[in-house]
Formats: sequence, C-alpha cells, structure tokens
Amino acid sequence: MTLDEFVKAFAAEFDDTPAEQFTPATKYRELDEWGSLVALSIISMVDDEMDKRVTGADLRNCTTIEDLYHLVESK
Amino acid sequence: MSMNNAIFSLEGKTILVTGASSGIGKATAIECSKMGANVFLSARNKERLEQTLSEMAPGNHCIITADMTNLEDIQKLAEEVSVLDGIALIAGINDKMIIKKIDDEYVSKMLSTNLSGPAMLVKSLLKDKKIAKQASIVFMSSVSAFYPSVSNAMYAASKAAVNQFAKVLALEVLPLKARVNCIQPAFVETEMIHKYSEETLSEIRSNYPLGRFARPEEIAYAVIYYMSDASQMVTGTSLVIDGGYTIH
Repeated sequence: MTLDEFVKAFAAEFDDTPAEQFTPATKYRELDEWGSLVALSIISMVDDEMDKRVTGADLRNCTTIEDLYHLVESK
Repeated sequence: MSMNNAIFSLEGKTILVTGASSGIGKATAIECSKMGANVFLSARNKERLEQTLSEMAPGNHCIITADMTNLEDIQKLAEEVSVLDGIALIAGINDKMIIKKIDDEYVSKMLSTNLSGPAMLVKSLLKDKKIAKQASIVFMSSVSAFYPSVSNAMYAASKAAVNQFAKVLALEVLPLKARVNCIQPAFVETEMIHKYSEETLSEIRSNYPLGRFARPEEIAYAVIYYMSDASQMVTGTSLVIDGGYTIH
C-alpha cells in the first residue's frame, strides 16, 4: 500500500471528518472525531488491508498519518 | 384545530425494510410509504415483494431480493441501496422445537436468519457508508427475549442476542449521531403464528389482557415513530408491544 492509499484508507474510517481534510501530515489525534472507536477501526483496517498489527500504543506514539504509515511498513 | 403530525412524517426519508414480503415487514413498508418515505423493499421472493409494492403509497420505491442467510446477497443488497435514513431489520423466522430435539442445522438456521443476517447487513452498510447522519436503525426483536415459553429456546436466544447487538451498535454509530432501537412484539396476526391450530390460538389469545393479538400495522406504527424526527432523543431502547401479555 502506498502512502496515498494509506491516507485514503485512514480517512475512510472516519464518519464525520471530510476525506479532503486528510493528508500525510494530518495530526490525527488532534481531530475532533479521534477517539477509541476510530482507533479500533484503524487497527482493524491495518490488519485487514495490510495484514500488519498496530497497537493502541502505536497510535498514541505517532503524530501524523505518515508517521503511522512508516511504522506499519516497518513491521 | 388539527394536531400537528408533521413531526411523525417520513417525507424525504429513504428507508430499507427487510422481510418486506409478509407480516410486520410488509406492513412496515406500506405504512412507511403512507408517511412519505421512499422504501427499499427486500426479501427472498420477488413476486411477494411486488404484491407489497402494489399496496404501497406512491413514492420512489425499489425492490431488491436478498436472502438474509446468504452473505453474497447481503453484500449485494448493501451495495445496491442508496444512503439510508432508516433501516428496519424485520426479516426473521420462528420455528418451535423443544431443546431435546434441536440439532445443529436448526440452531444455525435460526441464528443465521435472526442474528447473523441483520448483523452482517449492518456491517456491510457501515462499510459501504450507506448509513446517513442521524439515521435510525430498528431491529425487530420479541418479548421472547425476556419472556420464555416452552419450545422457543433458539428463537428466544436469537432475539435476546439481537437486543444486545442493537445496544452495542447504538454505541458504535454515535459518531454518525445515528440511533438504534428494538421493538419487542408478542403474538402478531401474521403467517408466523398460523402454524398453530385456531383452537390453540384462541386459548393463547384469551390470555392477552387486551383480548387480541397485535395487527402487523400496529407494530409498523412503532417503526414509524423510531424512524421519525419525533424520536430524535431515543436510542438504545426497546419498546414492548404485546397487549399487556407480559405485564405480570
């Protein structure tokens, strides 16, 4: 999965935040909609689409979507 | 002076009704259309859905056949509907059997139709982003979920499971400000109860405090309430409609 595709897949897990608002530099934990439910959605998206496991701690330790993408890719 | 009924209107709302070929589902499709809704009608049998459609008020209605035990059908249904303001999950079966007679096939048929089917449909609709902001989702449960009767174990178990599934879903769709509720009827005058003899039915009916079973449209009226803007603060609830049967 490319970074662009990852950003799109990441955005698709949000119900309320417009997809256009997501870029590699988005600080996702600062989004109004960010919370435990979206976090679980992201964990399951990464599992389904990339066959990689991220944890809640990983999500807390990254700042931007790009940070998370590189972390996932490194796994 | 006439009462203002506009708050109960379904004008401009698009609603999916499963099990729309008979009984409560059919009444729901018809009554929702009379309140102004555009309805996607779903069930297995196209001819019977066309019969329902012929009894509906005019609107932008659409028939999509699907078997709630078939995952491909469910996914196809979710793909074909437009974004929904309301989802009435009414398709269900009841087939009574005492526990010492049940087998694998019986158990999985009951659970797949009454529980897994609606669950997977909701999952597919969420995945395809077909649930509108502030949508209303209604599950048809049953008083059986808390009011046991002999030979009804798997049905009761499936409906109790539906109630709890609905509550978790209510939490998980909060980002959409969507609402999820259940309706728990007792006996309703539908095909589902016609497997009993008239004699048995008379006897059961005599135990109903209000002296009769509900008509399907009396359940549909509750669906209308849950689908309408009148219930905007109502989520995670269940409404019993049983003519007083479970008062005690």
